[in-house]
Amino acid sequence: MMTCEYNLYDPSWCPGCGNYMIRKALKQALEELEIPPHMAVVVTGIGQAAKMPHYIGANGFNGLHGRALPPAIGIKLSNKELTVIAESGDGDTYGEGGNHFIHTIRRNVNIAHFVHDNQIYGLTKGQGSPTTAMGQVTTLQYDGVKVEPVKPLALSLTMGAGFVARGFSGDIPQLVELMKEAIQYRGYAHLDIFQPCVVWNKVNTFQWYKDRVYKLPEDYDYTDFNAAYQKSLEFGDKIPTGILYKVEKEIYEDRFQFIKDGPPLVDAQLDPMDAEKLLKDFY
Amino acid sequence: MDYTILIGGAAGQGIETVVLLLEKTIKRSGYNVFTYKNYMSMVRGGHNFMQVRFSDRPVTTYSTKVDMIFAMTSETVDFHMGNLKKDGIVILDEELHKDRDFMHLPLQSIAKDIGNQKVVPTIGFGVIGKYFGLDPEIAKDALGETFKDKVLQMNIEALNKGYELTQTEFLLEKKKDDKIIINGNQALALGAIAAGVKYYCGYPMTPSTSVMSYISAKSKEMGIVVDQIEDEVGALNMALGASYAGTRAMTGSSGGGFALMVEALSLAGILEQPVVVVNAQRPGPATGLSTRTEQADLRFVIHAGHGEFPKMVITLRNPEDAFYQTARAFNIAEKYQIPVVIMTEEYLTDYMMTVEPFDFSRVEINRNFSWELDDTNERYKRYKYTETGVSPRLIPGKLKGVEILVDSHEHNEYGNIDESIETRNSMMKKRMKKLEGLKEELMEPEQLGAENPEILLVGFGATHGALLDAVTRLNEEGLGVGALVYGDIWPFPTKLINKLGKDAKKIITVEQNMTGQLESLILEKTRLEIFDRILKYDGRAINGDEIISGLKSILEG
Amino acid sequence: MNYSILIGGAAGQGMDTLAQLLTKSLKRHGYFVFKHSDYMSRVRGGHNFIQIRFSDNQVYTYEDKVDIIYALNKETIDLHKDRLKEGGIVLADKAVGDNEDLLILELEDTAKTAGNSRAVTSVGMGVILKLLGLDPKPALEVIESTLKDSIVEVNKEAFGKGHEMVESRFGLEQKEDKRILIDGNTAVALGAAAAGCRYYCGYPMTPSTTVLSNMEKWSGELGIFTEQVEDEVAALNMALGASYAGVRAMTGSSGGGIALMSEALSLAGIIETPVVIINVQRPGPATGLPTRTEQADLRFVIHSGHGEFPKMVVSLRSVEDAFYQTARAFNLAEKYQIPVILLSDQYLADGETTAEPFDFKRVDIERNLHEGDLPEGRYKRYLLTDSGVSPRIIPGKFEDKLVLVDSDEHDEYGNITESSLVRKSMVDKRNKKGDLLEGEVQEPWIMGDDKPENLIVCWGSVYGPVKEALGLLQKDGYSIGALVYGDIYPFPTKTLKEKSKFAKKIIDVENNSTAQLDGLMREFALIKSDEKILKYDGRAFSVDELYNRLKEVVE
Repeated sequence: MMTCEYNLYDPSWCPGCGNYMIRKALKQALEELEIPPHMAVVVTGIGQAAKMPHYIGANGFNGLHGRALPPAIGIKLSNKELTVIAESGDGDTYGEGGNHFIHTIRRNVNIAHFVHDNQIYGLTKGQGSPTTAMGQVTTLQYDGVKVEPVKPLALSLTMGAGFVARGFSGDIPQLVELMKEAIQYRGYAHLDIFQPCVVWNKVNTFQWYKDRVYKLPEDYDYTDFNAAYQKSLEFGDKIPTGILYKVEKEIYEDRFQFIKDGPPLVDAQLDPMDAEKLLKDFY
Repeated sequence: MDYTILIGGAAGQGIETVVLLLEKTIKRSGYNVFTYKNYMSMVRGGHNFMQVRFSDRPVTTYSTKVDMIFAMTSETVDFHMGNLKKDGIVILDEELHKDRDFMHLPLQSIAKDIGNQKVVPTIGFGVIGKYFGLDPEIAKDALGETFKDKVLQMNIEALNKGYELTQTEFLLEKKKDDKIIINGNQALALGAIAAGVKYYCGYPMTPSTSVMSYISAKSKEMGIVVDQIEDEVGALNMALGASYAGTRAMTGSSGGGFALMVEALSLAGILEQPVVVVNAQRPGPATGLSTRTEQADLRFVIHAGHGEFPKMVITLRNPEDAFYQTARAFNIAEKYQIPVVIMTEEYLTDYMMTVEPFDFSRVEINRNFSWELDDTNERYKRYKYTETGVSPRLIPGKLKGVEILVDSHEHNEYGNIDESIETRNSMMKKRMKKLEGLKEELMEPEQLGAENPEILLVGFGATHGALLDAVTRLNEEGLGVGALVYGDIWPFPTKLINKLGKDAKKIITVEQNMTGQLESLILEKTRLEIFDRILKYDGRAINGDEIISGLKSILEG
Repeated sequence: MNYSILIGGAAGQGMDTLAQLLTKSLKRHGYFVFKHSDYMSRVRGGHNFIQIRFSDNQVYTYEDKVDIIYALNKETIDLHKDRLKEGGIVLADKAVGDNEDLLILELEDTAKTAGNSRAVTSVGMGVILKLLGLDPKPALEVIESTLKDSIVEVNKEAFGKGHEMVESRFGLEQKEDKRILIDGNTAVALGAAAAGCRYYCGYPMTPSTTVLSNMEKWSGELGIFTEQVEDEVAALNMALGASYAGVRAMTGSSGGGIALMSEALSLAGIIETPVVIINVQRPGPATGLPTRTEQADLRFVIHSGHGEFPKMVVSLRSVEDAFYQTARAFNLAEKYQIPVILLSDQYLADGETTAEPFDFKRVDIERNLHEGDLPEGRYKRYLLTDSGVSPRIIPGKFEDKLVLVDSDEHDEYGNITESSLVRKSMVDKRNKKGDLLEGEVQEPWIMGDDKPENLIVCWGSVYGPVKEALGLLQKDGYSIGALVYGDIYPFPTKTLKEKSKFAKKIIDVENNSTAQLDGLMREFALIKSDEKILKYDGRAFSVDELYNRLKEVVE
């Protein structure tokens, strides 16, 4: 086996689930970037998307619902050499984990964040999610969802994310490129990925997405915030995919001198006597 | 008679359908039914199975051995053959396990002829129905409740075809049907609705979700706000707001979601805000086994919340408990102005059982408001000191000149922040005093079996059915076994266990957790000696057979 | 000898700085010092007071009665004048009071002369030290090293003038100063730093915040990553990520914040990732009394987290304990791959005491990470072993070895499983660690008589008051001893069972209302206490209160 080949394991996803495509793209992206599996960590919460660490041969941290981002930050700050990918569904990320989503962007830690956005709760069988359309009838909202959906890309843009993109599980070549860009981007990279949930979401089907997504044109300027913001709100008959926004920003890790200039924190030599000098203040 | 049919297949194959049809038809033929459900945490694929047990006597647990297996996959046979009785039969499609001596039927090909593979379970239902001589009209009515239009037609055709495939080997005579068949979560939801719940907020988490979806389905009809909130922290905080404003409010989750409610539970304690919280337990820690069962959150729930404040914890033992105790919980919450936590378990949330129809006239709604307080000259004291520790409660916006202030800090009688020693001491005493009244109202555990047992089994929650079964059978064998099954469990009732425990030769606890949490409570509160324990914590429910064999091996030493 | 000085006033009047300077100065004179603060949860206004007690013997708690009251406002005089010992002095500026019984001086005016009316407290300090008969030099040095350069001179000047304003009344002598002066939270932070903790994240919550701020202060110097996170849920989840990646990580909070960590605590249990958490207790429930003290979270913390998994709970008894036990906690967490929870409280956290300088040589760092080769094939993070502890590696360090941790029930590789057999074996495995842990716990400290007729049982910071009260009762001739629990879960029962054989009375002394220690004794040792001395008004026991209440119940 080549050092950069990622094993795949049998998933428990439904046949036709968009997760299969996303996994395919992830494997390809990681391999094309030649990131050795032992240097990659996939950090997830809970949901069908969050089972990813079990189905692809990288390091994995499958934590609690809504809590993929905090451990991802902890891991990255502890060992800046690891490639850290936080990955979860729309419910996990924008609902249960909403607060962490907002504040992670503020930090701008160098991690990639892939959100499997199928606009429904899959694992728990069909309740509305933070991105389900208003009025859609679900297995819980019998009368239709009564709240407006989150606008994830607009939200991350507003919060100041330096990399905001959208992909679609039905376009693997594009998705591979987007994932590679997100992983390589120096800072927090938000990639929201449309995928159909074949069992629970009869509205946002594969065809529904296919009919609406279009690639941002070659000459689109992704350094233009206002253009990006407009694109992020485009969610009707046409929904843009690609990189909406990408600018350089200082990363969180660089604001800690000893992390920026020193070895990874995990490699620091530990000696209690190094701390003894602190006692002088107390004499 | 006592018969068990096991139906197994992959998720998405429709085994729930055949089980539902069987349950309804057999029950409506006048028999007691108990369906034990086993799900994997998958939406498609994997292996799920259910056991439908029926009898002319009440059935409260599932059998280890089964009489019939209806297999949708060949895997089903592999997994469960070991539990098939010697003269049991296996019904399956003719293409599966061709070489074995089973009742092979052309299920798939008949379905193909009808025009839809999805009707296979219904054909199976037809076969089983004919086998037991069940009235096809009852079966068709059941179909009509599940399907409509063309799909119904296809299913009726499938049913008829199924009936043609076999003979009646075991006639179930029609008897009087006056029961309901229901699962623990439906019963719980009904209890809440009967008690006047008007606000349910929660976050989907197996196995609590079906409480919320049931209430949501009745939301319009019964006028109940149901809110699927962004997270569990929000859920309990929101319910407290609703309660403060005067509606009976409720929330629920499972272990991990309940863990996120712990801070707000403490809030409920100091606000003295009535609220009912459901913890539908599943195996932990953390995400654990989402679709399996356990009762390992007992100590966690009893001590949940920082600081000290009174709370009540009730563990549900069966669907009747789920109905009546839930309704009672709302009264207690409002009577003492405390949070009441109802603990159920995946096993109870999912199993279906025939029970006496719930008597809604037994449910009382006692709000315990103090409308007589009309004296608007004096500022209202939300936390007025009283003999019992319970202050007269009003809700905002109802009486002119009366403003209600509640506060999460330590506070004085008006609800204003107060750090003084005197106030702190008085308020702590006041809140804890409420427990004394509550203790008078506690229901002792249910006693089963022998009056003055030599061997006393002690359990709580959903092991009730298995304990009842085990104790009944052991008594029939002549063994002096009795059991106490706790429902009200905190504050911990000690009268009955002290009485029986002193005379019993051996006290043996039966629990679905590893560390013996009920045992630890008994030790702490009574210091009685526990002889031994029967513990099962592999994610599956314990049944009567297992308790009997567990007990026998303990007694044999 | 034994003196107490009380400084009282409203928030914002400068009493903190004064107390800091005074305490340090007294220490430099060679005395054992104990500083205890009583704050309201306000930034301005209200009433706060600080008591500084000093002696030529170790002191562990505060006294009810004081020798000197320095009142920064009139309210202080009204609230505390009854607490004055015979011969005690109440010192105040002329603007504050006007009474023959008081020592009224022109403190503010003097400060203005020195150059800044805000230096008034330094004038006061000068007065106090002169009253005590102490040499001004140490105090001047403390002012120099503590205050900002821009205000050092004016404060030294003010202090000098205060010193000249009065005559000495209590002629105290200079002694040798070889101790440190430190509070509980700082001691905890030092212990963590010594133990190689390089990741500390938390959310500000009184009274735990100064653990975070201390770590933050040393962050650059020692290379510790510290962060104020968005909420407490993030805090523990993040620390677990850091620990998974191989860095010793810690977080902390108080009651309500700890409550928000319950789910992640359960996560720590099932992913078997080591972590240290500190709960600096304050009175609850909910927001309770943010700046006061209590020890009512014992049962809550012991049973925190749904499901069953081994954890260790250690209560901190003194500042030395805080240092050494925190350092030890990291070793235990990594040895057993469990969460270790430290229980402190506001009283210990904020109480500054003199102590023997911590001996950093006594701290060992034992990572218990797997070294050397691993068997062929996929790495099993959760390998079933006799002890229940699996060999642990961190991600990125072994080529071809991947580390998978999972919050679902899992097999040896970390993959999701639903098998009943695997489930059972994993529960057994995790619990096995708990059994081993029982062999590791330290018995409680034993104090007093060897075979006491009266046996006090207590835990945590009640140690201080108990030690002093015990000494007084022994002097009175009672047969009395005490057990002070530090390691408290798993609950050590050996010493308790031994001592309870001779004891006629077991007396449970705690800062909570439901006697939580007593519940543990009943559950694990089938022993109950005969008397309970409980205090839950948000304040710690003074030596006087505890002594008097014990006297009422001892045989």
